[in-house]
Amino acid sequence: MAEQAASEQEEKKGRLEEPAPKLILTSSPHQISQDSIERIMWTVVLSLAPASLAGLYFFGLGALYVLIVSVCSTLAAEAIYQRLSGAKNTVTDGSAAVTGLLLGLTLPPGSPWWLCVIGGFFAIIICKQLYGGLGFNPFNPALMSRVFLLIAFPLQMTTWPVPRALFSGIDASTGATPLGELQIARLTGKGIGKAAELNIWDAFSGNVGGSIGEVSAIALLIGAAYLIYKQYITWHIPVSMIGTVMIFSGIFWMIDPSKYANPVFHLFTGGLIIGAFFMATDMVTCPVTLKGQLLFGFGCGLITVIIRMWGGYPEGVSFAIVLMNIVSPMIDRYLRPVRYGAVKKVEVRS
Amino acid sequence: MWTIAGEGIHPTDRKSETSSIPVSEIKPPAKVVIPLSQHIGAPCDPIVKIGDLVKKYQKVGEAKGFVSSPVHSSVSGKVVAIGRFPHPSGNQSNSVVIESDGKDEVIDSLRENSDYLNLDPKELKDIIIGAGIVGMGGATFPTHVKLTPPKEKKITAVILNGAECEPFLTSDDRLMVEKSREVIEGMKILMHIMGVKDGHVGIENDKPGAIEAIQKSASGTNIKVISLAKKYPQGAEKQLIKSITGKEVPSGGLPMDVGIVVQNVGTAVAVYNAVRYGIPLVDRIVTVTGNGINRRGNFRIPVGTLLEHVISECGGLAGEPGKIIFGGPMMGIAQYSMFVPILKGTSGILVIPKGDVVLEDFRACIRCGRCVQACPIRLLPNMYSILGEAGKPKEAEEYYVLDCIECGCCTYVCPSRRPIVQQIRYIKAEMRKAKSKVA
Repeated sequence: MAEQAASEQEEKKGRLEEPAPKLILTSSPHQISQDSIERIMWTVVLSLAPASLAGLYFFGLGALYVLIVSVCSTLAAEAIYQRLSGAKNTVTDGSAAVTGLLLGLTLPPGSPWWLCVIGGFFAIIICKQLYGGLGFNPFNPALMSRVFLLIAFPLQMTTWPVPRALFSGIDASTGATPLGELQIARLTGKGIGKAAELNIWDAFSGNVGGSIGEVSAIALLIGAAYLIYKQYITWHIPVSMIGTVMIFSGIFWMIDPSKYANPVFHLFTGGLIIGAFFMATDMVTCPVTLKGQLLFGFGCGLITVIIRMWGGYPEGVSFAIVLMNIVSPMIDRYLRPVRYGAVKKVEVRS
Repeated sequence: MWTIAGEGIHPTDRKSETSSIPVSEIKPPAKVVIPLSQHIGAPCDPIVKIGDLVKKYQKVGEAKGFVSSPVHSSVSGKVVAIGRFPHPSGNQSNSVVIESDGKDEVIDSLRENSDYLNLDPKELKDIIIGAGIVGMGGATFPTHVKLTPPKEKKITAVILNGAECEPFLTSDDRLMVEKSREVIEGMKILMHIMGVKDGHVGIENDKPGAIEAIQKSASGTNIKVISLAKKYPQGAEKQLIKSITGKEVPSGGLPMDVGIVVQNVGTAVAVYNAVRYGIPLVDRIVTVTGNGINRRGNFRIPVGTLLEHVISECGGLAGEPGKIIFGGPMMGIAQYSMFVPILKGTSGILVIPKGDVVLEDFRACIRCGRCVQACPIRLLPNMYSILGEAGKPKEAEEYYVLDCIECGCCTYVCPSRRPIVQQIRYIKAEMRKAKSKVA
């Protein structure tokens, strides 16, 4: 019995000794990568810098004005909403800045200030915060807002200033985008004729009419290459989306080149490149699996081609991506990776 | 630098801080606490009484049932207590406390065998059972159970796991460099028991010294050394088997379902010591490392030595400790007390100073898909995290949560800092609860 008591004493001592020093207890793993939402979002902003500068170069200060008002609108909308709803302020996480910048880049240069403000507030409040904030929005906020503006303000959203060099004075001349010309030629039924002729170098560098950020392929590709290098996007969505557009437009072009534009025209005009690399790849609204991303990109490409060839709008990238955003959760649900060891278990027991 | 390479990750590993430090002894502890549960399976029954004098290697806890393993004293001295003491698993466990007399007197009945490869497999297995050998990679599954597959499972190869993919840990690396002959001899015994001709030793290619040493010792045998790509979790049993044989262990199955038995290199040495010299498993190599400790290194530490003793033998804590991890940073267990003992499965002690511990609130999943790409089992960890947070463990079943090996890759890469593995553990626990209610 004395031994028992001694044992209990020892046991108690063990327990008493426990508290010091206080150790932190958490579940494993105890080591995590340095990546964060902030780092990802601000890197995306950085990757859009070349396209923004190209827009500034080709469209002048009118482009800069649109970008600044758009970004300020989304940041203000986020701050105001979070202040009013009592949620934690996340303006510095960069996601609102990305939305504002993407929105601005998809607006026509020289858009009026109120268009940018409406777009910015619509994107943040209606398309993101009302769903619960970052991570819960089913649609890409910038694109959904652009689609809203396109439907609500068609005149302002399709007034395209002709590109001209920076600082060359105020110039009010406007013209059509290559896709716009193609649509007019298509709808008048005279065959596409000269509308599908494109100076490749102009299209590649950005010297064509269009939204601020979509015109310069080279600037977009530089930014996209950086994102792929940083592993913030993978090649799957851009390659399958652009590939689908080129293959389908190529098939129809081969069938009747007098009625359909060639695939290179489709590649360099409109918002295909900015859409494929920067919009469709939005993490929140695209599928999480690589297989799902391939299917998603295919769907985006297919809808784009259908709208461009037969739709009522000259351009279909925004609609295509927003429509595919709807099916992202479904793709994730049904197109899962084949898990390790998913073969049928070998049952040898009799 | 780190990269996501798809199915696995490349975490900062900092192995170079200890990988070239030879294994050394520490001052023997004055007291050991030997838990009667150091393995997966039924805890042992104590077979000594308070006041008993015990010798080193003497059995103090007898295995209860087949899936169990006995424990032995790592010192000679007097049993001073038997009761519940802090256990590294975060609980308390029934333990035998022995005060050392400092003499390390060994029992007389050690049975040596110089001609061990001519022993009957049954006899060899009995020696392994008696020596209390369990998987020393950290899972601590009783070794003899793995060596006893049901008759219908035909075993074709034995794989020794020397991958040591956990960051910071170098205990297996040092063991392979310093005891390559024992590793190979232990492997021969394991192959003899299983009656197989093929043996592989899988080692990650960041350990050229270990690869060279094992290759040298294995020359002239059927044992092949496989240099594996460095990638966490290369050393997880399922990943190792896939890397070496190209086969995938069926979901819910065991390596024996594809004809493979996997053992850790440390286990092979323990098997050799038991069979050749009759020595039970009473010590192991432990890597002591991290910014929070004054002297890093690899040490041979008697089982039952208290953490506090090891820390003071390693120059003490450097500053205020934040976390003390048994095992590595990816899968190791945070300790709640300085008075937990080193176990047969303790491969490392990682001391993280308070300043280095990042405790951040987690945020919403932004569906970036990094966890999906990093998951070595190709599951959808994002869903577990969301369903766990929403308190819907049942729905996670549909996403094969039971296949998760809890390697931690998903949590490592998550930019929203979501505690995905913790949520998975919660889901699994809820599922177990629901199941036991039904039964």
